[in-house]
Amino acid sequence: MLNVFNYSFMVNALIVGVLIAVCCALLGVVLVLKRFSMIGDGLSHVGFGALSVAAVLNFSAPLYFSLPVVMAAAFFLLRITQNSKINADAAIAVISSSALALGVFLASVNGTNINLQQYMFGSILSISETDIAVSIALSVVVISLYVLFYNKIFTITFDETFSGATGIRTRLYNTAISLLTAVTIVIGMRMLGTLLISAMIIFPALTSMRLCKRFFTVVVTSVCVSVCCVTAGLLTSFTCEGIPVSSTIVLCNLLLFAVFSLLSVGKKLINKKKSN
Amino acid sequence: MSLINVENLKLGYDGKCVVEGITFTVNEGDYLCIVGENGSGKTTLIKGLLGLIGKLGGTLEYADVLSKNHIGYLSQRSEHMADFPASVREIVMSGFLNNRSFGFRYSAFEKQTAEKVMAQVGISSIQKKNFSSLSGGQQQRVLLARALCATKKLILLDEPTSALDPIATSEFYSLVKSLNKNGITVIMVSHDVTAAVRNASHILCLSQAENFYGTTHEFMHSETGRRMLVSDCPCDDCQHLSCKEVRFNA
Ligand SMILES: Nc1ncnc2c1ncn2[C@@H]1O[C@H](COP(=O)(O)OP(=O)(O)O)[C@@H](O)[C@H]1O
Ligand SMILES: [Mg+2]
Repeated sequence: MLNVFNYSFMVNALIVGVLIAVCCALLGVVLVLKRFSMIGDGLSHVGFGALSVAAVLNFSAPLYFSLPVVMAAAFFLLRITQNSKINADAAIAVISSSALALGVFLASVNGTNINLQQYMFGSILSISETDIAVSIALSVVVISLYVLFYNKIFTITFDETFSGATGIRTRLYNTAISLLTAVTIVIGMRMLGTLLISAMIIFPALTSMRLCKRFFTVVVTSVCVSVCCVTAGLLTSFTCEGIPVSSTIVLCNLLLFAVFSLLSVGKKLINKKKSN
Repeated sequence: MSLINVENLKLGYDGKCVVEGITFTVNEGDYLCIVGENGSGKTTLIKGLLGLIGKLGGTLEYADVLSKNHIGYLSQRSEHMADFPASVREIVMSGFLNNRSFGFRYSAFEKQTAEKVMAQVGISSIQKKNFSSLSGGQQQRVLLARALCATKKLILLDEPTSALDPIATSEFYSLVKSLNKNGITVIMVSHDVTAAVRNASHILCLSQAENFYGTTHEFMHSETGRRMLVSDCPCDDCQHLSCKEVRFNA
């Protein structure tokens, strides 16, 4: 087990994985509570489409292409969810499946230089120095936003109309959250793949909300859950060769979710007994 | 002293008009009820007053004492609040946020004010509880307390009793009435015209044909008022005249 650190790709994967886990958990709490989880899913599919286009066009650094594209998509998807005239769920589903279809089409036509499996399910081998730099910058931004504006994030997440009415710039916050989600997804996709990255955003928040009843404890527990799952998933995948790391991470999340759910059921039973 | 002055105001979305020709004045200490059919633009008007949407025409003036930071707003409860992980106290305290830009902690003064407000609306005993575990009436009180933390002068309420049972509704109305007696100006949207007439000092009725604005007494004697009210007007003038007519017509 100790020799994990002898492999530089594993060290890189652990660094990026933990940082992305923290960002996913922090952003995920807001997205889940605001009923924006679909945006995460949609963005990962758009990200796949963008990577395929970048590969077809033979970009040397596909990150510089997919990052702006996904950020633009994040901005657009946010506008869709806030427009009452559009059925947002359906619109996001249409956009994300179209992006996925385009990506698969281009990858298959182009054939030679795209590894479809790697895009879909991710890989720990593909992590570059740029990924490390971007994920460090990203987590610094996300964490400091949370620390500085914790109370505002709480209020806006709980009740956007009230916040807007009292003069808080809710649009700015929403835009910031969705742009940061876009960056998180583009970086996280390399490791977790298109299909499973959104689980990293949704699972920790849901898991912690099983047991925690305060915003602050939900946030802290989500981060812990997320970091534990990524670390455990990476180590499992490293020991059992051939299993994609995305599947082990998501299964760890599922396991913790089940454990938390059981605990919450148990807690309710005990409370009932006490009150009887 | 007049707090809000609205003249011939026109509001809508994306340049399309929803309501127009709104004229009214709110003075300090007033209790204004906004009534009207579903879709007549009551919520739109509240959004306009809060500055959440821009006006399409007319004038909307606030008194200088009433900066944006001093309006308390009680929104229609949205469904995603149902499972939100937060304590009553956290939510009440978040009403103070309009006065600050940074920070984790609330000042001692703010904590004191919050205690006072929670006592005022009768939720002191449940302040440690989880918001999602409360009844509809209690949740509405919590949101009212938050609005009171944000303001010292004016609260705007948008159909605050729409999801409450009759007892909770009447308790809520008397709570708002007592706040009003203590000097807080109230603007409330309501679909319950009878309750509006019983509590409010002024009525604004939005309708496709013609908007009505006047004191409650004027409203009960107006064409619109008579059409909307089924019960008798309690005043002496009309014991014998118009209300009888209304009853026959109805
Ligand atoms: N965000 C919006 N965008 C466009 N039209 C809207 C929006 N919100 C409400 N409307 C329209 O404005 C009209 C008035 O709505 P509203 O003010 O909510 O009525 P009320 O609160 O009196 O029931 C309705 O016809 C509605 O379709
Ligand atoms: Mg309404």
